[in-house]
Amino acid sequence: MDTPATYLHWGFIFISVPNLLAIGAMIVLFALALIVPFAHVEETDDAAHK
Amino acid sequence: MQPTSSAAGSGSWTLRVRSWLDRHLPMDHLLPDRQPYYVGSWVYVFGVVTIAALVWVIVSGVVLSFFGPQWWHYSNVGRFFNSLHFWSVQLFFIFMVLHLWGQYFMAGWRHGRAATWMIGVVIFGISILTGFTGYLSQQNFDGQFIALEGKDAMNASGIGAFFNVLNFGQMYGLHVMLLPIGVTFLVVVHIVLVRMRGVVKPIDAEGRARL
Repeated sequence: MDTPATYLHWGFIFISVPNLLAIGAMIVLFALALIVPFAHVEETDDAAHK
Repeated sequence: MQPTSSAAGSGSWTLRVRSWLDRHLPMDHLLPDRQPYYVGSWVYVFGVVTIAALVWVIVSGVVLSFFGPQWWHYSNVGRFFNSLHFWSVQLFFIFMVLHLWGQYFMAGWRHGRAATWMIGVVIFGISILTGFTGYLSQQNFDGQFIALEGKDAMNASGIGAFFNVLNFGQMYGLHVMLLPIGVTFLVVVHIVLVRMRGVVKPIDAEGRARL
């Protein structure tokens, strides 16, 4: 962690590899949250907050 | 004196407050044991994980402030708590942004939830300021570098006279006291508003809110 990060440069985009990996991991996690079935879903009516 | 059940006609402010709380925030909304079926998705977990990360940020921050910079830089346990504070902040921001994405795509501000959304926006802003003052409070070369580079941005925006990033006492005070109180208070208000209104209903295929 004492050495500077590697930076990637495409046109106006200038980003470090760790930041790019963090953003990529967030997008993957968001996609998984939409796809993966939720554990222990109990069928209830939606009257709880009416 | 006879007790009265009518809050409107009563001169008692405690009764009026209690009646307002009973009407707007009943206990079955504050601590519900059932949720609507559409809450069965991992997207709804992001907000809870953000709060869990915030708890770790606060706990590790309290320990760091108690023992001080020499401890968190030079002792093994101190470095552990320093890392715990740093990485819980990373998780706090990552899951706060994931929560933001989820609420953006489900238009979480619908049906009277604008205040909940706007308070979330303010929490995000204050959290960035808290993170910035945290980097300035590290007491190492990284903190000095950020302060020296950041002062020009602050002066250019015109707030340098009030928010002096080279003033360690001011930055540290803001970081450990005022800004965390602001974030914590607004998170509590944010959660109470969610409990008052409930979770927003999904948008159906035609773009209408499901009733």
